[in-house]
Amino acid sequence: MREIYLDNSATTRALPEVAEAVSRAMLEDYGNPSSMHMKGFSAENLVRKSREQIAQTLHVSEKEILFTSGGTESNNQALLGVMQAMKRSGNHMITTAIEHPSIGRTADWLESQGFSVTRLPVDRTGLISPEELEQAIRPETVLVSVMMVNNEIGAVEPIEEIGKILSRQNRKILFHVDAVQAYGKLPIRPHTMGVDLMSVSGHKIHGPKGCGFLYIRDGVKLPPLMYGGGQQKNLRSGTENVPGIVGLGVAADYMYRNQEKHRQEMIRLRDRLTEGLKQLPDVTSNGPEGSARAPQIVSASFAGVRSEVLLHSLEEAGICVSAGSACASNGKKHPSETLTAIHMDRQLLDSTIRFSLGIYNTEEEIDETLQVLGKVLPVLRRFVRK
Amino acid sequence: MKFQLFLIKYAEIAVKGKNRYIFEDKLVSQLAQKMQRVEGEFEVWKTSGRIYVKALSEYDYEEALDALKHVFGVVGICPVIQIEDTGFEDLSRTVVEYMQERYPDQDLTFKVMARRARKSYPMDSNELNARLGEAILNACPRMKVNVHEPDVYVTVEVRDEINIYTEVIRGAGGMPLGTNGRAMLLLSGGIDSPVAGYMIAKRGVMLDAVYFHAPPYTSERAKQKVVDLARLVAKYSGTIQLHVVNFTDIQLAIYEKCPHDELTIIMRRYMMKIAEALAEKNGCLALVTGESIGQVASQTMQSLTVTNEVCHMPVFRPVIAFDKQEIIEISEKIGTFEVSIQPFEDCCTIFVAKHPVTKPKLSVIQHSEEKLTEVMPALMEQALSTVETIVVEP
Repeated sequence: MREIYLDNSATTRALPEVAEAVSRAMLEDYGNPSSMHMKGFSAENLVRKSREQIAQTLHVSEKEILFTSGGTESNNQALLGVMQAMKRSGNHMITTAIEHPSIGRTADWLESQGFSVTRLPVDRTGLISPEELEQAIRPETVLVSVMMVNNEIGAVEPIEEIGKILSRQNRKILFHVDAVQAYGKLPIRPHTMGVDLMSVSGHKIHGPKGCGFLYIRDGVKLPPLMYGGGQQKNLRSGTENVPGIVGLGVAADYMYRNQEKHRQEMIRLRDRLTEGLKQLPDVTSNGPEGSARAPQIVSASFAGVRSEVLLHSLEEAGICVSAGSACASNGKKHPSETLTAIHMDRQLLDSTIRFSLGIYNTEEEIDETLQVLGKVLPVLRRFVRK
Repeated sequence: MKFQLFLIKYAEIAVKGKNRYIFEDKLVSQLAQKMQRVEGEFEVWKTSGRIYVKALSEYDYEEALDALKHVFGVVGICPVIQIEDTGFEDLSRTVVEYMQERYPDQDLTFKVMARRARKSYPMDSNELNARLGEAILNACPRMKVNVHEPDVYVTVEVRDEINIYTEVIRGAGGMPLGTNGRAMLLLSGGIDSPVAGYMIAKRGVMLDAVYFHAPPYTSERAKQKVVDLARLVAKYSGTIQLHVVNFTDIQLAIYEKCPHDELTIIMRRYMMKIAEALAEKNGCLALVTGESIGQVASQTMQSLTVTNEVCHMPVFRPVIAFDKQEIIEISEKIGTFEVSIQPFEDCCTIFVAKHPVTKPKLSVIQHSEEKLTEVMPALMEQALSTVETIVVEP
């Protein structure tokens, strides 16, 4: 069956060159980077090369890249690491009400351990207010963690402004950014944006699953989450995931070199999809307009239709989308935190679909999707729970 | 001392007169089949009114026992020490060693129950009881004899070999599978229907199952959940053929043409019709449902009567008089509970009315169904011709 994959914020199809590089790393350069012989040395070189490729995309030093298993580990390492390392300076962190669960639940756990957490509200488009953030700063605040692009509605948070606010403080507050949905789509310069830590996942940028990184500004010292053989400067023990790291490097490099081209194309498709949705009756799109809108995410609510049923109807036509976000809808029936935080009408909470674009989507696919929606929506609206 | 032998006790099938050998042979073949999935080599045979399972190689005791506990028709499983008859001294020593090893803290009362099946044995059973009891008492001073209500019966059977056992582990009970025909289970994703299937299988009935799938209103994961449930039931019932019926168009037709508060009851009637057609096709003699009186609107006495009316086959409802909690207890025992509570919607709930009829009248329902007479034959035909059959192995 024809397949139209519009769930690229859940995960992406890998680039062929990524798959080839991963395969080569498994079949040929299979050494352990810690081994002293040539097999180990060539594997170590691959890891080094990937680190350089990634550092280049952010204009940072390769020393500032820590390879992890992905976004969740990077977020955990950042929050748990900073709060533990800064314990003597303070026990307060600021985050938002719309973070990914790997920030949200980690913050919950920190709270249960006696730390104090402020969760900033967002407006109806999902944006936090920098002024409110500034007001939330306390003498004991040691960390601010804000996502760059919200995974459900594509709001782009004012990271640069927050960076400026924090740099104006007379004492150091560390700034962590969850850039899982932003990296590869938007230009990011941690040094000029005042970002100290930043999480990235490989499989959202057409790289492999199970691999990502945490950018840690030179000079920031964190305790490890895992102890063992002392790899990666003692911060992450365990043999490096060489195939994953190699694939991540290739993907990061590709996305960096082709970012502008792909961003323009995604914006074009995003706007085409948004326009098309506007032509359909009783559809509202969520999130901000203009530059505060991520290039790849379109969230829309279909009044009178249950998102799960719409999702499966689209699935029957080979179209893959997400109801809310994959993490929030994985068999569990909790209303989405993000959609609740933007004060979405209760009846629309369960009627919201996320379309997310990747580099492989085409104009034909968007048109086809709109056409299918035009066909199934009236049918679904005819058969509703009474 | 390691058990290499299990004595299998069965009660009900011992009284089946001239048919008894049929039941015994079925039980032997069910046990043999079951033990094939256990690591190691086993032999299953029957001899003069008893069935033995013997390990011919190294094996995992817990794994073997778990397998035996899943075989219907088995009332008790006795792990047995079997020895050659090399004289009373050796027997006595083995019994004492067994008791010491098995009950190291000795804090118990016991009774020796010797059975002399080989009459040429020099001692009779009374003498064996007395002398073995004495030997145990001498070796284990903290154990006491209690002939009325002992904690432990020490059974010693003198046959060509001598069997020693003290434990009777409860089996699954019921009748050996395949001794009582085949039935069609209406399997939803809920708690009740897997329990109903298990209970009927327990009576020696083999199962087919039917699941009503309603895409896009129910998901592939909901279907997978039903396959998972069928697999758990199959651990007891053996391989289940699961027939998946696409029910969407029938449901939508009912939705459009019939009063909304009658939707569920009319839907149930068509499910029964389809299930019966599939049952006939697959050699089943009855339908099985997880209905329980009064649990929901479609399971009141009136609703059950109206649903039942479309069937010619008997419909077995083994949990009909069970409370929800009682059904849950069984589902926990057979391991289906935690699968059943996964939150996937099944086709019974997607269009359910806020206030469905609880006391439907057959004539009223039949009248409503008349509005479907034009479309339904084709829709039924379509549903039956597009059935997907999944073979679910244990």
